[in-house]
Amino acid sequence: MRFIAAGDTAVVVEFGGRIDRALSARVLQLARQVRAAPPAGVIEVVPTFRSLLVHYDPLATSGKNVVASLRALTASGGDKGRPRRRWIIPACYAPELAPDLAEVAERTGLGADEVVARHARTLFHVYMIGFSPGHPYMGDLPAELALPRRNDPRLRVPAGSIAIASTLSVIHPAENPSGWHVIGATPIRLFDACWERPSLLAPGDAVRFDPIGLPEYEAIRTAASAGTYLPVGEEIESWPRG
Amino acid sequence: MAAGLKVVSPGLSSTIQDLGRRGYQDAGVPVSGPLDRVSFTLANALVGNAANASAIEIRMQGPVLDVIAASVRVALVGGTGGLIVEGEDSSAIAPGRSVRLRCGSRLRCGALGDVACAYLAVEGGIAVPMSLSSASTYARSRIGGLHGDVLQPGDVLPVQFDDVPRRPEFALVQPLAAMLDAPIRVVLGPQDDAFTEDAIKTLLSASYVISSHADRMGFRLQGPKLAHAKGFNIVSDGIVAGSIQVPGSGEPIVLLADAQTTGGYPKIATIISADVPLVGRRRPGASVRFSAVTQEDGEAARGAQEQTIAGWIGGFVNVADQSRIDHSALYSANLVGGVSDGMD
Repeated sequence: MRFIAAGDTAVVVEFGGRIDRALSARVLQLARQVRAAPPAGVIEVVPTFRSLLVHYDPLATSGKNVVASLRALTASGGDKGRPRRRWIIPACYAPELAPDLAEVAERTGLGADEVVARHARTLFHVYMIGFSPGHPYMGDLPAELALPRRNDPRLRVPAGSIAIASTLSVIHPAENPSGWHVIGATPIRLFDACWERPSLLAPGDAVRFDPIGLPEYEAIRTAASAGTYLPVGEEIESWPRG
Repeated sequence: MAAGLKVVSPGLSSTIQDLGRRGYQDAGVPVSGPLDRVSFTLANALVGNAANASAIEIRMQGPVLDVIAASVRVALVGGTGGLIVEGEDSSAIAPGRSVRLRCGSRLRCGALGDVACAYLAVEGGIAVPMSLSSASTYARSRIGGLHGDVLQPGDVLPVQFDDVPRRPEFALVQPLAAMLDAPIRVVLGPQDDAFTEDAIKTLLSASYVISSHADRMGFRLQGPKLAHAKGFNIVSDGIVAGSIQVPGSGEPIVLLADAQTTGGYPKIATIISADVPLVGRRRPGASVRFSAVTQEDGEAARGAQEQTIAGWIGGFVNVADQSRIDHSALYSANLVGGVSDGMD
């Protein structure tokens, strides 16, 4: 674990340099500890794959004090915070919504049905939310689905697009540029500034995709836009000690 | 019709901002807030507002607004053009002073000159609903502001007060220096070890130019390329306002108020918070040079800057007779520690 200055308003707590579930567990544990007992002057924390960014107010504390508080927290081992949730997210893998599925099927040699089956069979871990509001980075895909990003990124993919690259899967909550392989779409909404928690998903949540057909996709999408479709996250077992 | 300011012409990219949106970066929501916190704070203070009141950020070219409240008090800070008032109160108002305008006045923002942004504050603030605890506009995701976007023709910006009392008008004792030649202080890292020694030397000695790819998310700089020591992709981590990331092209990008919260390019250095406003106010074509300081130096510089700002506010003069206005006690309470605790 290293503490690195990010200017005079933040400290990076770096646990490693890889995408790794054990590193993620440590990042999320420290995030929960800081939220449960924020050191003076700490404004907010941003968990990422392998580090926690701790933002502070330089008029209220110093990087040195923040690091000392974080060291004490990591040594204490205490662990309280918001619960993890498990989400079942409807996903339509129809060709109309999956412009890259055929190419992924060909490059992996698996065939489209098997790519879909293996994606939908994966229990994903939400490593972090980033890139755009509510945008989850989730892993880990089975190795046989891992492909590098596209050489020619798309300038825009529609809201709801489910995409993969390397060992990760993402969902685009809004229309975005993307260099990832789009293999389907969800009709549900992942972000709304009016929600009490504006991002549906949080780091540490578990996600499984539930394959649906186009008619069901359209029906849920209509209900989601009208605010009458609310996915339910099931609270699951307490956090494993990191 | 609601009382307020009616947008006749919106300018190039005018947005409503307060000091920003804290507590939602873990949900991927950028902080936003003013590119130039110093000018923003002074504009608010001139009209008697707390530092976090919502005001209008003007970029490159300002709006034309009609006063449709009984009276409003406004102040512009940033640039050299000031305000041109048409109607019964017809006048030219220099930047850095407040003015009370009655219903029917039309105000135009003059050319900004050699800076890129300026702030038009209104006594009481722009009364838009809070979105995620902030009035700041994040246009890319349509969050905050009046309708989540830059000002549009025909918009009516609601103001907190539809009539304001006469009082002595305030002015900065001297115009705000834009400090366009000042070196920009950085703390190296968090990924300075992803670059060659030459790259670090180049960053701290070369002169860079702000390219035309410059918006509220960040400024792409042109100049000597910075070589990565071990590739230009890192596993994504967090970003702060002032992060200098270097993509594969080797040309640095300064990330600013609307930057995404995480990113996958190495960040060679981070501009200290006292100097982020000095970059944020520079135009495309302006030059930027960097010098290295420690995190402690950065914290001290920020503390000193807040003292300086409080001193300027304490030193406001009465526009009518240039006499000192002793309002320092009134404002100092509001101006230190303007960042709220955003923990949930």
